[in-house]
Amino acid sequence: MATLGSFALLIALALAAYNLLAGALALRLIATGQPARISPERLADTARRAGIAGFYAVTVAAFALVYSVFTNDFSITYILQHSNRALPGPYKFAALWSGQEGSLLLWAWLLGTYGFVLRLTHKTDVKLYAYAGTILAGVQVFFLSVVNFAAPPFSLLKGAIPDDGNGLNPLLQYPEMVIHPPMLYLGYVGFTVPFCFALGALMMRYPGERWIKVTRVWTMVTWLFLTCGIFLGMHWAYAVLGWGGYWGWDPVENASFMPWLTGTAFLHSVMMQERKGMMKSWNVWLIFATFLLTLLGTLLTRAGLVSSVHAFAQSSIGSWFYIFMLIVLAVCIFTYVLQRSHLKSDQHLESLVSRESSFLFNNLVLLVACFVILWGTLFPILSEYVQGSKVTVGAPFYNRVAIPIGLFLLFLTGVGPLLPWRATSLRAIRRNFVVPSIALWGTAIVCMAVGDWPWKNGAFDPGNFYALIGFSLSAAVFAAILSEFLRGGAVIARQTKRNLFYGIWLLTRRNTRRYGGYIIHIGVVIVVVGLCGSAFNRSEERELALHGTLPIGPYVLECVGFTQDSNLNYNSEYALLDVYKNGKKLFQMSPEKRVYLASQQPQTMVAIHSVPGWDLYVVYEGTNPDTGQPIIKAFLNPLVGWIWAGVAFIVWGTFIALVPSLSPATAALRVPATRAVPTEPVFKGGD
Amino acid sequence: MATPPKIPVILSEVEGPGVASRDASTTTKMGAPSLQSKGGKATNPSRTVFLKTIQAALLAVALCFSLGAGNASIRYNDLSHRMMCTCSCAQLLGECNHVGCPASGPMLNELSAAISTGATDKQILASFAAKYGVTVLAAPPTSGFSLVAWIAPFAVFAAALLGTILLVRHWSVGRTQPVQVSDPAMDALREKIRHETEASGL
Repeated sequence: MATLGSFALLIALALAAYNLLAGALALRLIATGQPARISPERLADTARRAGIAGFYAVTVAAFALVYSVFTNDFSITYILQHSNRALPGPYKFAALWSGQEGSLLLWAWLLGTYGFVLRLTHKTDVKLYAYAGTILAGVQVFFLSVVNFAAPPFSLLKGAIPDDGNGLNPLLQYPEMVIHPPMLYLGYVGFTVPFCFALGALMMRYPGERWIKVTRVWTMVTWLFLTCGIFLGMHWAYAVLGWGGYWGWDPVENASFMPWLTGTAFLHSVMMQERKGMMKSWNVWLIFATFLLTLLGTLLTRAGLVSSVHAFAQSSIGSWFYIFMLIVLAVCIFTYVLQRSHLKSDQHLESLVSRESSFLFNNLVLLVACFVILWGTLFPILSEYVQGSKVTVGAPFYNRVAIPIGLFLLFLTGVGPLLPWRATSLRAIRRNFVVPSIALWGTAIVCMAVGDWPWKNGAFDPGNFYALIGFSLSAAVFAAILSEFLRGGAVIARQTKRNLFYGIWLLTRRNTRRYGGYIIHIGVVIVVVGLCGSAFNRSEERELALHGTLPIGPYVLECVGFTQDSNLNYNSEYALLDVYKNGKKLFQMSPEKRVYLASQQPQTMVAIHSVPGWDLYVVYEGTNPDTGQPIIKAFLNPLVGWIWAGVAFIVWGTFIALVPSLSPATAALRVPATRAVPTEPVFKGGD
Repeated sequence: MATPPKIPVILSEVEGPGVASRDASTTTKMGAPSLQSKGGKATNPSRTVFLKTIQAALLAVALCFSLGAGNASIRYNDLSHRMMCTCSCAQLLGECNHVGCPASGPMLNELSAAISTGATDKQILASFAAKYGVTVLAAPPTSGFSLVAWIAPFAVFAAALLGTILLVRHWSVGRTQPVQVSDPAMDALREKIRHETEASGL
């Protein structure tokens, strides 16, 4: 299998190289109109077919690695280091991305899969897809070169082959680890496609904005994958790492967040280009930046530039990424300088108080947030270079700098939909802002009345203060979005003589993009409410003897037993805790600590009981060697469940936004014939 | 069996807002005198609440970076979240749950002892930085080159905000008529759409 895998990777590299060279030559011939012995169109098609064949070759290589894991082929170094015989089946898949070489192979395979879909759908726009496919082949050449020469996953072990492997990192032996990394990689790798379309469209001076429509769908799908990947990672960190939190501003987390921010900025600003022909250069550079940030994130975490709890795959491949990033940047700058006249805006903003301007400020804030995170991530390196010593840039820095920016972004999320395009009157502003303002101040007053006061024991508490602002702004944004739905739904309900719910449903169907976007915003609001809950986290830690109790919030945990268990993969010890509320037993929890046999590494398995108001989160920390008694730490984390619920809204909204809107003709069929469509105030398109 | 990290002094950390009744009474105390103006003349309560809230928000922003926590347990919690554990787990000292961590237990003991001696937050952080190196601080110091870390984000934000405002103003002032030939029928239709859209709030 090692030979097959290595051979398949070489074939894939050769096919990608052919795709790049033949594709580039064909496009050159088409662009210049030079005569050639072979038709450029046929040459371009052979390049496309080579790209498709390359996907099959990488698939064979990926299959070979997975097969080797399942058959415990410890002659392959990678398998020896990341698997063992007793590893459960689903986690054998996880071995594919648990190390440097395997994860790069996964990257190459996902890139091949995206390329496969792109090349199969080339008839959408043959020329644009030919450009995009050729550029994508260039990226594939890089990644396939890395897995062939710098980080080969099929390296054979020298010397005697051990009977068993070292096992998978215990942190990765959790169900979400079978989903989270592939989802994150789908997001990371997926941004290559919009990048290729943007660069291709710029190279060929693609007329009109149609390429934006093509790119938007790819970007939304990719953005959705990245969003899910990030939140799955947060949930994994919450459920596995046992520190009671879900986001620690670790460089690897930051690396995934930065392209998400620029991708989000692109999804907003692209509406300006579609509607107004504005921000063309900006949009192109947003996509370029997003792709470069995915590369930078990979470089940061794999080249050992910054320390991270996730940096499981550090190696010397950094120089490969440096060179590739420089090449990509040079190509982007060169193409932009050469073709910038094609990106001249058709119109400019007319007013500071308009929907366009809110998009502009939204982009500005997203970009500043991205800069802050990049700055914080890179500052230790800069500090070491300037003053000879590293400093730590951890959560306190980001909490002070990024949270105010995030709250300002939330404010814009609420303001944007309330402003009409082009310009507005003071009267219209006043009318639109009444309900959100009432929601904002009402929520602030209620929050302060129930105890969210920015001062605690006479001292200012930034956590409470930010939570107060966050809750208030969330209420205002929610009110603004809800009023949009209600207002539009009421108009349609009146016209169709149906109920309000039907009106809202039809409103959404007629402009899925706009109202899907609003549902995403509602999801973001729910997530923010969940994040604000962290200001009120509590924790209790105690050594618990048998029948010892640990009170936390409204609960009392009583220890009713400690026991041990073992299987082929790990030994575990866990506590049995009865949970009481108001003297009544509600349920039992069993936090656990495992020691994995192959790696001899310990791992906590947290017990979580989640209700809408809070999570009861219990960790078995180990035993006190002096007393022999287990130490239990319990957290009461308010509103954490809201974060995951918010993600469900984001996913739902994205799906709605991806569904095509009802065309005017179809929409007309849904209203009585006497109600002429042109009189309706809802128009297809827009945001 | 590996030694777990210990919290030596404070087994309970309440990071929440405190007791609701206390906060409610605080609200009442702050709100009550403001219901009347200086001359005993009644003012609009909603307006007063509004103004007070604005004042509170502004004051809070001003104090955000200058005030420290008041009592020992809050200071302990706050300071343990402003330092890193040195066991290379890359977690905050107050959150390190690394099984068998050799560093966090002694460091937390040290922190607890330092608070009980009456040292200020600044002195405690300085003593830890002197002992464990500046990387023990979870955020860059606000002096020397590290100050740049704090200034740059806000400077970039302010510059970008100002630049954007100036750009939009420049566009709106220097705006000329659209290049395309004006079509009276289209203009009328656009105006109608705009009017109807604004009238219906869409």
